[in-house]
Amino acid sequence: MARVEFTRHLHRFFPALGEQPALEIEARDVAELVERLEARFPGLAGYLLDDQRALRQHVNVFVNGRPLHDRQSLSDAVDSNSSIHIMQALSGG
Amino acid sequence: MARTGDTLILGTRKGLFLFDRKGGDWKLASTSFLGVPISYAMIDHRTGTLWAGQDHGHWGCKLSRSRDRGRTWEEVPAPKYPEGEVIKNSMMSADPKAPEKPATLRYLWCIEPGGDDEPERLYIGTEPGGLFVSSDGGDTWELNRPLWDHPSRLAGQWFGGGRDNAGIHSVIIDPADSRRALIGISCAGTFETADGGQSWTVRNNGLRSNFLPEPNPEVGHDPHLVVMCPGNTSHLWQQNHCGIWKSTDHGRSWINVSEKDGPASFGFAVAVDERDPNQAWVAPAIADECRVAVGGALCISRTTDGGKTWKALREGLPQEQCYDVVYRHGLDKVGDTLAFGTTTGNVYISTDRGECWKCLGHHFPLVYSLRFA
Repeated sequence: MARVEFTRHLHRFFPALGEQPALEIEARDVAELVERLEARFPGLAGYLLDDQRALRQHVNVFVNGRPLHDRQSLSDAVDSNSSIHIMQALSGG
Repeated sequence: MARTGDTLILGTRKGLFLFDRKGGDWKLASTSFLGVPISYAMIDHRTGTLWAGQDHGHWGCKLSRSRDRGRTWEEVPAPKYPEGEVIKNSMMSADPKAPEKPATLRYLWCIEPGGDDEPERLYIGTEPGGLFVSSDGGDTWELNRPLWDHPSRLAGQWFGGGRDNAGIHSVIIDPADSRRALIGISCAGTFETADGGQSWTVRNNGLRSNFLPEPNPEVGHDPHLVVMCPGNTSHLWQQNHCGIWKSTDHGRSWINVSEKDGPASFGFAVAVDERDPNQAWVAPAIADECRVAVGGALCISRTTDGGKTWKALREGLPQEQCYDVVYRHGLDKVGDTLAFGTTTGNVYISTDRGECWKCLGHHFPLVYSLRFA
């Protein structure tokens, strides 16, 4: 399962995210990973994606340390060894 | 419950602050969303529900409501543009094949109650130009399709003013007939519906936009704020980018009533008396190239004769080294009480219709909206 870590910034809106250092999520790509996150934390997808389900302009997702390639449909592949970081971009501050 | 003017809600760059008037003093009753930009906040006079639109820099626009005046909040799903909707990618393109980009919620400009006879109905004006309607007290929101599909928008005649995309900042429900509504769009102009939003008519006749080579287009004006006199609903005022206009025929025609040799011309905010349609207040500023208080001195200008003459009200306001501007939702009035908040975090209140002002505080964050309840 992929290991997902979140910026502390999101703990303010989803306190449960701060209760453990990382989450283990089974997913084939980042789009599916966000779906699974939404199921566990209702409303979270709306903080990461815009109305057309593209990654928000000032949100960054890193897969194994590399910034997301496909910010529109989030098709970047994920596997059981993936490390995912979900961060705010400094540009949005 | 009618607005009494005894509660003041500030939506600021760094949170929401709610004050209550006790005797002659204003006391802070609650602070909410500290650190979060609040684009608009108001209390629905029909239900007492406090609404707040948030503009998170990273996480998008959020919508929350409180039924206990800010002690606890519930986030409700914000309006969402339907899948596949697009907007023009460029400013003012006459090219029907101009590139497009996905339509996604960029800003919650205003949240307004529906009519008193429809207590579950609310409206939200947004960037990039969608009007959203709720029929269930704000639990869910639906894009008003007839306005979104208006030929003028599809033809690329709506464009951004101050922000990247067109935005609906004024939503006025006629208290005499809740099926009749007016909206203000920057930039497009004023639109009216008489059938509850099923069809929309452009109401820009008489406006002049000197930022356009052809200053009298049917659509393409920048009404910074539009207000209606509740006691005489055919009378409207608008603080426009290019001056102050008044209508006495429900927006069918507009007359420029800007002050010729005084500060009352450019600005963002306007307030009108509840009963006398000829009494209005504006917050003057220097226009495009500068955008600071006129002459380094703060004033509110008032007319009592429908804009024929204006008087600058300055008592209690700083008259030197002052750079404050009042944004479009930063001025409000109930009865004899007026208040305004500024871009440099000053809030002033008058209890005598603007004749003299007292400071509520000098160190608030930038004020986006100031509303009485």
